[in-house]
Amino acid sequence: MSYKWNWGVLLDPVVTGENATYLEWIVHGFFITLGLTLCAWTLALVVGTVFGVMRTWPNRFGQAIGTAYVSIFRNVPLIVQFFVWYFVVPEILPAAIGDWIKGVKPNVQFFVVSVLALGMYTGSRICEQLRAGIQALPRGQRQAGLAMGFSTAQTYGHVMLPQVFRHIMPPLTSEFLIISKNSAIASTIGLLELSRQAQQLVDFTAQPYESFIVVTLAYVLLNFLILRFMAWINNRISLPGLMGH
Amino acid sequence: MSLSTSIRCKRAGHALGHSVLAAALLGGIAAAQAAGPALDGTLKKIKDSGVVVVGFREASIPFSYYNDDKQPIGYSADITRLVLDQIKNKLELPGLQVRQLPITSQNRISLLQNGTIDFECNTTTHNESREKQVDFSNSFFIVGTRLLAKKDSGIKDFDDLKGNTVVVGAGTTSEILLRKMNAEKNMGMNVISAKDHSESFLTLSTGRAKAMMMDDALLAGERAKTRDPKDYVITGTPQSFEVYGCMLRKGDSQMKTLLDEVIAKAETSGAAAKIYDTWFMKPIPPKQLNLDFPMSDTMKALFAKPNDRVTP
Repeated sequence: MSYKWNWGVLLDPVVTGENATYLEWIVHGFFITLGLTLCAWTLALVVGTVFGVMRTWPNRFGQAIGTAYVSIFRNVPLIVQFFVWYFVVPEILPAAIGDWIKGVKPNVQFFVVSVLALGMYTGSRICEQLRAGIQALPRGQRQAGLAMGFSTAQTYGHVMLPQVFRHIMPPLTSEFLIISKNSAIASTIGLLELSRQAQQLVDFTAQPYESFIVVTLAYVLLNFLILRFMAWINNRISLPGLMGH
Repeated sequence: MSLSTSIRCKRAGHALGHSVLAAALLGGIAAAQAAGPALDGTLKKIKDSGVVVVGFREASIPFSYYNDDKQPIGYSADITRLVLDQIKNKLELPGLQVRQLPITSQNRISLLQNGTIDFECNTTTHNESREKQVDFSNSFFIVGTRLLAKKDSGIKDFDDLKGNTVVVGAGTTSEILLRKMNAEKNMGMNVISAKDHSESFLTLSTGRAKAMMMDDALLAGERAKTRDPKDYVITGTPQSFEVYGCMLRKGDSQMKTLLDEVIAKAETSGAAAKIYDTWFMKPIPPKQLNLDFPMSDTMKALFAKPNDRVTP
């Protein structure tokens, strides 16, 4: 292999004249990815919980909406969802709103679109995990709650959901890790997150191995942080006798 | 003659005959070797494997793009075909297998360096920073980097871009020039870098960007694809003149000689001018639109005197 290694290129000033080194570009991308992961995860949790509960609520209409949501957002490939949110939605909205959206600063557009696309997609997966968790509870839990005089909402809030969230912590951890990696798809619409910065480095320095090794390590670090965070939460919320504790 | 003398004569005759035969054989081998030095580099790889892998672009109208049968066509595709014919001749491989691999502006150098593709003639600018990693053949096209904008946007030159959103191709020389301009002149531009030429144009046509900066020939190609090409105008003083050359691995002198010869012959004999005419002055697929992009004087000078200089 006639490749010339040059780790020093990471500390070279960028060739586009901006006041930064290539390493600073990567760090900037890392924080964008981190921010995107956290925002999209929050949206996914909220949306997933709402629809997950809706799918198990004793109401036919709510269940129909939940099923429709999951069918659309789980079955369409994520990259297609990104393109639809970014290119198609501003075109089908009324012209005034569409133009306003397109006039917003590009980086803000990329970020918001990415949060929406990632959040709605992951939300559909969390919805299904929540539904599985709720249906795995013994039927007696809901019946006992209702018998005690709780309303359905109170039964969910005080009896069922606390158990369900503890039960689905392992799949939720997986989803959190997956969303951090799916954030790389945002690079296809132009968001300068971590994997896109790696490509920029390759373009401008023609040193692909150094760029991708550093970015791989950055992703490993991000995933490690997420894992430790979820493990800490798991410890904090674990109940004696539940889930093997 | 005595018997021993005649026997010695016969033996001498045999020895002479053998040595003449040996000399003839050696001479023959030497002649065969003089006919072609040992192959090395890419040509050796092609001869040994019987396969040549060529990189092409999927959406760079009119240089290299897909026709309806998903085959790459265009100005650069025609130049590539001339090169492949010469490779077949030179290596005496009429059954040479040609594999075409789609590449992008982001992976073309990596794929060339690691041996996935053997060469590529598309729209790669020959400049000094790339010369550190790869070699380039004689130039086969010259472009100026300019702007494409909607006619009613009011963008006439680069100074009008202040505070606006501009789209460029990711990893292109235009991106470097634009971001440098942004930093040095404090123009407050929002620079969107799109993955390829079609996505850049989509960003422009949907109104997300006010202008698109790219090589002017590619701008003409993108404009020809839309429903109303008259709505778009190519403006702005060229920020740089750039030459396209075929890209090959660094230090591969035999391959470079072959590529240089093919391109020089095409340019001086008028074949390249005919290819130019087909793709820039006549209706081309997919919409049978005429780019109407006459050859510039700098390019005519290049065709008269083929070279591989970075500045034309």
